[in-house]
Amino acid sequence: MSLKISSGSFENRVQRGVENDFMRQAVSSAQGRFKSGRLNAAAELGNWEDWRTLGEEIRTHTLENIDYYLQQLSEQVFKRGGHVFFAETAEEANEYIKDVIKKKNGKKVVKSKSMVTEEIGLNKALQEAGVEVVETDLGEWILQLDDDVPSHIVTPALHKNKEQIRETFAEKKGYDKSDKPEELALFAREQLRKDFLSADIGITGCNFAIAESGAVTLVTNEGNARLVTSLPDTQITVMGMERIVPTWEEMEVLVSLLTRAAVGQKLTSYITAITGTRLEGEVDGPEEYHLVVVDNGRSKILGTEFQSALHCIRCAACINVCPVYRHVGGHAYGSIYPGPIGAVITPLLDGYEDHKELPYASTLCAACTEACPVKIPLHELLIRHRQIIVEENKTSKIEKLAMKGFAKWASTPAAYKISAKMARPALKPWTKDETIKNGPGPMKGWTDIRDFPAPSRQGFRDWFKDRDKGGDA
Amino acid sequence: MKVSLFITCMCDIFASNVGKDTVEILERVGCEVDFPEQQTCCGQPAYNSGYLEESKKAMKQMMKAFKDSEYVVGPSGSCVGMLREYPKIFAGDPKWEEEANKLAAKTFEITQFLVDVMGVVDVGSSFTGKITYHPSCHMTRVLGVKEAPLKLLENVKGVELIKLPIGEDCCGFGGTFAVKSPVISGEMVMEKSRHVTETGAEYLVGGDMACLMNIGGRMTREGKNIKVAHITEILNQH
Repeated sequence: MSLKISSGSFENRVQRGVENDFMRQAVSSAQGRFKSGRLNAAAELGNWEDWRTLGEEIRTHTLENIDYYLQQLSEQVFKRGGHVFFAETAEEANEYIKDVIKKKNGKKVVKSKSMVTEEIGLNKALQEAGVEVVETDLGEWILQLDDDVPSHIVTPALHKNKEQIRETFAEKKGYDKSDKPEELALFAREQLRKDFLSADIGITGCNFAIAESGAVTLVTNEGNARLVTSLPDTQITVMGMERIVPTWEEMEVLVSLLTRAAVGQKLTSYITAITGTRLEGEVDGPEEYHLVVVDNGRSKILGTEFQSALHCIRCAACINVCPVYRHVGGHAYGSIYPGPIGAVITPLLDGYEDHKELPYASTLCAACTEACPVKIPLHELLIRHRQIIVEENKTSKIEKLAMKGFAKWASTPAAYKISAKMARPALKPWTKDETIKNGPGPMKGWTDIRDFPAPSRQGFRDWFKDRDKGGDA
Repeated sequence: MKVSLFITCMCDIFASNVGKDTVEILERVGCEVDFPEQQTCCGQPAYNSGYLEESKKAMKQMMKAFKDSEYVVGPSGSCVGMLREYPKIFAGDPKWEEEANKLAAKTFEITQFLVDVMGVVDVGSSFTGKITYHPSCHMTRVLGVKEAPLKLLENVKGVELIKLPIGEDCCGFGGTFAVKSPVISGEMVMEKSRHVTETGAEYLVGGDMACLMNIGGRMTREGKNIKVAHITEILNQH
């Protein structure tokens, strides 16, 4: 898979999502849990708004100086015996990783959950090169067995229920027990343990790379990243180029924001750090270490009005509060990054052509902006996307005409006043009992679902004038 | 205190009673109300659709219309929120930046004005009935008004105020979203209608007519006997 996960139309994907009752129920209850978890964790911290401001400042500073910090990071990784590769494209990243595995004669890769490797389609590239790849995050493993894609960036298999998971395990792995979560998880554990022990290469993503020390940190609750980074002798970290902090001090702030905003935890069960290779005198660490820094369209966002989108720490708080996401689910977005942040970054990374509906998949309710722990103005960035789509002349003729008409109407008070008066008689043919149930033209989208009120009988302006006269008399 | 009413195009055309109630409440708390006739629409339909240049034409008209006003008060969190965004939109514009700043600084949503500017939380209203309040998105998150409407409603004699479950969720209106993405918008408003019904309230009250039209329109379509009322309609009962 790559960034784009569907070739179908947006409308069809939305329809499929809306019709998937199970998925909607699962998403709705998960959103409820995540949201209250986040609010409780924020309240417990006390001054959440100050933390958000600090988070925003750290991200802004880091992105403003990203060239410096990436240089520092690569020097530190090099000093610690590691290799660093800057990949401009997904293909370059995949080629490099394939090459490393080939040189090591690697046959089997264990991976911990990583959105950037989903984005660049790493699994497919490795499998085509004859390498066995095993996802070790439970959700990702389920999806891998089922040949499915994530619908959420933190809980990728959110759209599946335990019965579906039992079926997948039975069909693909010969599982013969019940759909009790404990039994399913135990089975996954036993299966994955064999893979951990037999893999030659470990591949992880990166939550925060620490520029000053060359460490890469990962947060998980299952501990799978710890096994991926401890067992195989060759380690590869794939990081989006913006996943970096200057020092451990900033990491502490951001990881606190991340785990609280994502799942309402003070910290995740595991925070794993991996720093280069095992140096002389050290007791552990890999024999070989590679850090692959992926650009894949990110650097062209730097210096634009969208730079703050790169501040994202992938907590999914915006997704967890989004009412549009709740009704359509992650797959409807057609991108590996769904929800408000997905609607902002997907067109930036992959162009408008295949994703032109995404900036409109929002009511601009601003719940995302309010939830974001690093204060990305998500709904404003969606408006900015819409402006660009207009500037690039990619909206319909009818819409353009309507908006031109609007501008004329709203800047000509006389025309505005007449139309306000004319609205009631003009809509009369469709009005019954002060209600319009089957509106004409563009009103149809409205009246298919709800009633529309008839314009007021006595206009406000007339009332105010009459009253003035009365008052003066 | 001299106040100019910013009626909003929505109320101007579809809910003139909200304009009347707003005027009467303002007068009850001692304001002198005028109505600048040259006002039209805040520009939001075009702005939120990405038509910046078209929206600016509406915005300039509004700046002209309210140029001489001391205070501008409107019965909508969303439309007032839009006026408050003008400074961002006209930043660096030599001709309009100052006007935009001035207008934003003197413009208030009606409940915000009553509570924060006038210092009034009890406007002496009485209304018997069970109501639930929908805190609309732009009112709470763009304009940042969360407490004022509730403070005022709590002080209405005879009112039983019931909390709306997941009230902070959008009703699915979203301006052109309602007609551009009718399927998603429909699912959202159906969910909102369910939540309102669950409260057992007789009235759904809100501070934004557009959201109320959306939810109310859905509820009547479903044959539900729950009335919608703009908050000024309740506050003007005395």
